[in-house]
Amino acid sequence: MSALLLRDIRLSTRAGGSAMLALAFFAAVATLVPLGVGADLRLLARIAAGVLWVAAVLAALLALDRLFQADFEDGSLDVIALSPLSLETTSFAKIVAHWLTTGLPLTILSPLLAVLFGLPASATLTLLISLLIGTPAVSAIGAIGAALTLSIRRGGLILPLIVLPFLSPAVIFGAGAVVAVLDGLSNGALVFLAAFSFAACVLSPFATAAAVRLNLGS
Amino acid sequence: MLRYANPTRFMQLSGALLPWFAGASIALLAAGLYLGFTAPPDYQQGDTVRVMFIHVPAAWTAMMAYGLMAVASLVGLVWRHPLADVAAKSAAPLGAVFTALGLITGSLWGRPMWGAWWVWDGRLTSFLLLLFLYLGYMALWNAIEDETRAARAAAILALVGAVNLPIIEFSVDWWTTLHQGESILRSGGPLISTVFLLPLFAMALGYTFLFFTLWMIRIRTEILVRRARSLMLTGEA
Repeated sequence: MSALLLRDIRLSTRAGGSAMLALAFFAAVATLVPLGVGADLRLLARIAAGVLWVAAVLAALLALDRLFQADFEDGSLDVIALSPLSLETTSFAKIVAHWLTTGLPLTILSPLLAVLFGLPASATLTLLISLLIGTPAVSAIGAIGAALTLSIRRGGLILPLIVLPFLSPAVIFGAGAVVAVLDGLSNGALVFLAAFSFAACVLSPFATAAAVRLNLGS
Repeated sequence: MLRYANPTRFMQLSGALLPWFAGASIALLAAGLYLGFTAPPDYQQGDTVRVMFIHVPAAWTAMMAYGLMAVASLVGLVWRHPLADVAAKSAAPLGAVFTALGLITGSLWGRPMWGAWWVWDGRLTSFLLLLFLYLGYMALWNAIEDETRAARAAAILALVGAVNLPIIEFSVDWWTTLHQGESILRSGGPLISTVFLLPLFAMALGYTFLFFTLWMIRIRTEILVRRARSLMLTGEA
């Protein structure tokens, strides 16, 4: 499993990999928003968490459609499926690799962008925590969509449509936790986000493996 | 139930049931509309309260359609009955239409009552997401050429959706605003007076029968299409 994990991480961080692209996409989307809504820092601080969360989800989706498709096309997915590892374990490894190469870098970059949005330090910390515990859910749920669409040649367009509705709880709780801090309220959004993320990470490998299996026709 | 998984037996049964279901839905919808238009205007909402009779049943039917689609998907996935796959596939467009109907009529009702066509309220938003789930399901089904593969992929998606729907519903209720809470199926009896409840239930039953009528027609059509296709294939070979 660790070999597979390392292989996936190497593939996405080397030249032509999706990790850096997703990161750059995240920064570019976040930069476009102030250009669109104006440079009022009070307004930007208010919407920062929502914008960064939406940008993070979109950036993670960008890297998702190659999660299984590249391996499917060059045949290595068949080899992986024949290995003694169960497909559930394989799926989990792929989810972890995807998170380590997109979710985690996005989380680390987010405080920098939060500064550009004029978000106060306490709220920035909450944003960092919410992205840290929320982005695994994005990788996990996204993996189900990636596995379902792996044999579709133009799956890149269907994937966001089927995955985005499922990610709405992550965005609501993640951005909601930050807004609550801005308003000086306490709420349980982070706890719910953690529960959602945990459930998604535990259940997703099974659905993902079932989807891979049916696409391999075994 | 599995006895009727045989397409031929299903064709017989549904053929016999279809006129009754169609008749029941027409009668119930006619009665519901009549009662709805003769009901007295609400003391607060005036005549706009009548939108309820077409709005609420549409929303109920849309959710019922998702439930039935998920159950059919589960049966198709576990027992591999092609008929269950066909049933799930046929339910999706109907569910999407009822969802859209619920959203549109709700919007028309919201404008005079709330002063806005649309508000980002929990109930409304989760219903919009339900529409996207239906659209994603249909898109996935159409994108995969192999029919059995498409059926199984779509079934997995429908089941993931069934697990996720309560969570989505709950999370968007986080920001509750305008849409009223539960006022009919609550402990302590409904909050709505009988003059309004009667047409509402007639319409709800009418919508349900309408859904089942259309559903059976769609399943029958799909079976016939598949039969015709296999006949053509064997004819060529």
